[in-house]
Amino acid sequence: MSERFLLEIGVEEVPDWMIEPALEHMRQLFTEVLADNNLGGTVDSVDATPRRLVLRASGIAEAQADETKAISGPPVSSGPGAVQGFAKKMGVSLDALQKAQTPKGEYWSYSKKVEGRKSIEVLAEALPVLIPKISFPKTMYWTGKGGVRFIRPIRWIVALLGNEVIPFELAGVKSGRTTSGHRLLGKPEVEVTIDTFADQLHTNGVVLSAKQRRAMIESGLGPNVHPDEALLQTLVYLTEYPSTIHGSFDRKYLELPREILSTVMRHHQRYFSVNVGGDNLAPEFVAVMNTSADPDGLVRLGNERVLRARFNDARFFWDIDLRRNLADRLEDLKNVTFQAKLGSYFEKTERVVLLAKQIAEAVGASRVMCGRAAQLAKCDLTTEMVKELTELQGIVGGLYAREQGESAEIWRAVYEHYKPVSMEDSIPSTVTGQVVALADKCDTLRGCFEIGLMPTGSRDPFALRRAGQGVVKILVEGGLRLKLSDLVGDNPQLREFLLDRAKYYFRDVRGFKYDEVNAVLTPRTEDLGDVEARLQAIRQVRPTENFEPLAASFKRIANILRQAQFTGAGTIDVSVLEPGPELDLHREFLRTSDVVFSHRKARNYDAALEAIGSLRPKVDLFFDKVLVNAPEERVRQNRLLLLSSLLTEFSAIADFSEIVTTN
Amino acid sequence: MEVGAGTMCPETFLRVTGPKPYKVAYVQPSRRPADGRYGENPNRLYKHQQLQVILKPSPSNILDLYLKSLEAIGIDLGKHDIKFEEDNWESPTLGAWGIGWQVMLDGMEITQFTYFQQCGGVDLDLVPAEITYGLERLVAFLQGKESVYEIEWTPGVSYGDVRLADELQNSVYNFEVADVETLWQLFAIYERECQRLVGMYPKYVPKERFPLLSAYDYVLKCSNTFNLLDARGAISVTERVGVIARVRKLAVGVAQAWLDQNTPEHAEAAAE
Repeated sequence: MSERFLLEIGVEEVPDWMIEPALEHMRQLFTEVLADNNLGGTVDSVDATPRRLVLRASGIAEAQADETKAISGPPVSSGPGAVQGFAKKMGVSLDALQKAQTPKGEYWSYSKKVEGRKSIEVLAEALPVLIPKISFPKTMYWTGKGGVRFIRPIRWIVALLGNEVIPFELAGVKSGRTTSGHRLLGKPEVEVTIDTFADQLHTNGVVLSAKQRRAMIESGLGPNVHPDEALLQTLVYLTEYPSTIHGSFDRKYLELPREILSTVMRHHQRYFSVNVGGDNLAPEFVAVMNTSADPDGLVRLGNERVLRARFNDARFFWDIDLRRNLADRLEDLKNVTFQAKLGSYFEKTERVVLLAKQIAEAVGASRVMCGRAAQLAKCDLTTEMVKELTELQGIVGGLYAREQGESAEIWRAVYEHYKPVSMEDSIPSTVTGQVVALADKCDTLRGCFEIGLMPTGSRDPFALRRAGQGVVKILVEGGLRLKLSDLVGDNPQLREFLLDRAKYYFRDVRGFKYDEVNAVLTPRTEDLGDVEARLQAIRQVRPTENFEPLAASFKRIANILRQAQFTGAGTIDVSVLEPGPELDLHREFLRTSDVVFSHRKARNYDAALEAIGSLRPKVDLFFDKVLVNAPEERVRQNRLLLLSSLLTEFSAIADFSEIVTTN
Repeated sequence: MEVGAGTMCPETFLRVTGPKPYKVAYVQPSRRPADGRYGENPNRLYKHQQLQVILKPSPSNILDLYLKSLEAIGIDLGKHDIKFEEDNWESPTLGAWGIGWQVMLDGMEITQFTYFQQCGGVDLDLVPAEITYGLERLVAFLQGKESVYEIEWTPGVSYGDVRLADELQNSVYNFEVADVETLWQLFAIYERECQRLVGMYPKYVPKERFPLLSAYDYVLKCSNTFNLLDARGAISVTERVGVIARVRKLAVGVAQAWLDQNTPEHAEAAAE
């Protein structure tokens, strides 16, 4: 007989963003409990609302299977005293013992029967240990100093195996079969069974499935809502029974920039904003309630009133900030610490201005524009608006710069210089913006690596990975041809870090195969802007008949050279080459080198790779007919040199020995 | 006494420490100079009234009790939307923090709910629940007023009649007129007096007579002066950390002395 299992941890409202990771951890912990105790069974689902974490499983054995354990005693060769002692220790007579052959000789052994325990007992011990182990970013205690820690106080626990309550106590709460409904829509105490659980919750105003809550919200949003996945996810875990209301606000607030209005709605009020005619903001919003309806429209009125007050506040900040020139705030940055060892934001700005001008020169952008934009970039940090809406830093600076008459090229660069903020985000839209964004990020990276603040494991307080990712993305997608060493200076760790980021970008974001990425991105890579063209070429040429076999041959060459510990250089002695496949290969090598060189110079990588591929028949023939390890030293060295030249010459676009071939 | 929140009142800050259960509720006028809006914002005020409730230790049905309290003052929860959104409270100047929520009623924050974890840098023996009701907002909500200034204070007299000049003039003072030099001097004077008292405590007998509550008042004066300087834009981000640390040092000093003053042996000595 196998049983179904239900655990519901009833808590006070858990922060929305912590719920999904906690559920996954709970699933993992419980799966371990099942496995470690040989209880069988599998986890069917984990679900949650702000007030409950729920795990359901099935196929759990009623009891552990009985086990026989072989306990080994003294060697048979030892005296009768020893074997009697062993029997006594086991609590059995001598004839219950067997002899067992082991590699070390013959030993006495006893097969002890261990009776399996009831699953309900095992779980009653395991669950109160498991629950506090579920990890949360920040926990609390509530029963007094030294008490159990959890994300929020635990107020009830439902723990059922089949129809039985799994009895235990945690933080003064006894497990049982009584759950609790929605705070306003349901009964505070509801008795359940495994079968009735979900239905009973539903009757009591709780939609247990996050997927279903999401669908309920989505169906109420309406067609013109500005999509916002993160906000949607938040609301799914902020509600037990979501429903939407549509509200509006006075058009006069539309004088404020949309960025500010929508951030106030999203960040402070968790409202969706509504678009009209493409990208314009409508004077409307959609809020999500944690209840079923707004019969008298009171909730809508309340939300509208609150939003008005919020917009008033934003307008207050906008007006007082604009009383000062953005550029005049540069001085204030002397008092804003960037990082204790790296100085103030004023000092950072000075460095970024310098770097931005250098980069501008290298990529043919305007030094003056890039310098000015870099100078203004951090000036919004002391504005009231950024103090209130931190996530709008940069954007607010750009808006104020525009308002105060800076040119579009400059204000847009300020506005976008934090971009890309994620791998999905786009890079700055103008070259000035790209230059300033690069300079800002590279300065942060250089500085932090210099003082030893590299990211480790999950710790990355300065978001250096994101900065590195941004650098890669801007270089590649902006098509900026810059030498990596000019950007990162001579710090080998930072170089490696950026190449790692580049690998991640090309593989995981752009979907290039990992061996192709390894072939093109080598420790010597300098020009990230050029990597994509090479990868595209490989992707295109790879399916052709010559490519993979040739890659296999290149790998073979690399192995031969490695085994021979060949480090030789010099020129190939043509007179030593044997007529036939060897001489033919050499001739083909010279011809192809010229062709490849000119293609490569024109960045015509497909043609270059195809030309390399055309070498294949000669290479195959060479390996077929010619013995590299010729007995005569001079001949052997010359052959190795031929192979080595071949490898070096044609690895300039990609290191083919990294390509994983199918045969 | 000017305080930024009901939490800073000794009835909360000092009483939540130690092993003795305690329950208290009081109205606390709370001043936050940076929140001043010249009386122009419908629900943000320089000085607002909080109903401060401390239940130490917190009962297990505390959130239900809280919801019932809203119904008791006339909010029909069946017709409104209530959400508990994560909002942990921290007062760096008091070395205090807790875990909790802001309670949203139809999208408006009406309450800050906190389970205290530390005060004066010390783990608390019993975990108190602090419920802070924003009175103006609640009353405006109940009376269906657009702005807190439209609240009917008594028949014919609005809250604006009572408070608007206060908000306007203090906003002007806090943002524009307050003399930075003077405020810094005041800060130093309050700090010195508090340090003097905390320094005297170890040798003073009998302990129960020692004016720790007076010392604590100077912590509050420092804290308020800091807030004024901050609103005036006189404290740079760099300096900020240092000034906060100065106030916290005072707060922690008083809290520790208070715990000592209230240890059983001193308490018994006081009873004799």
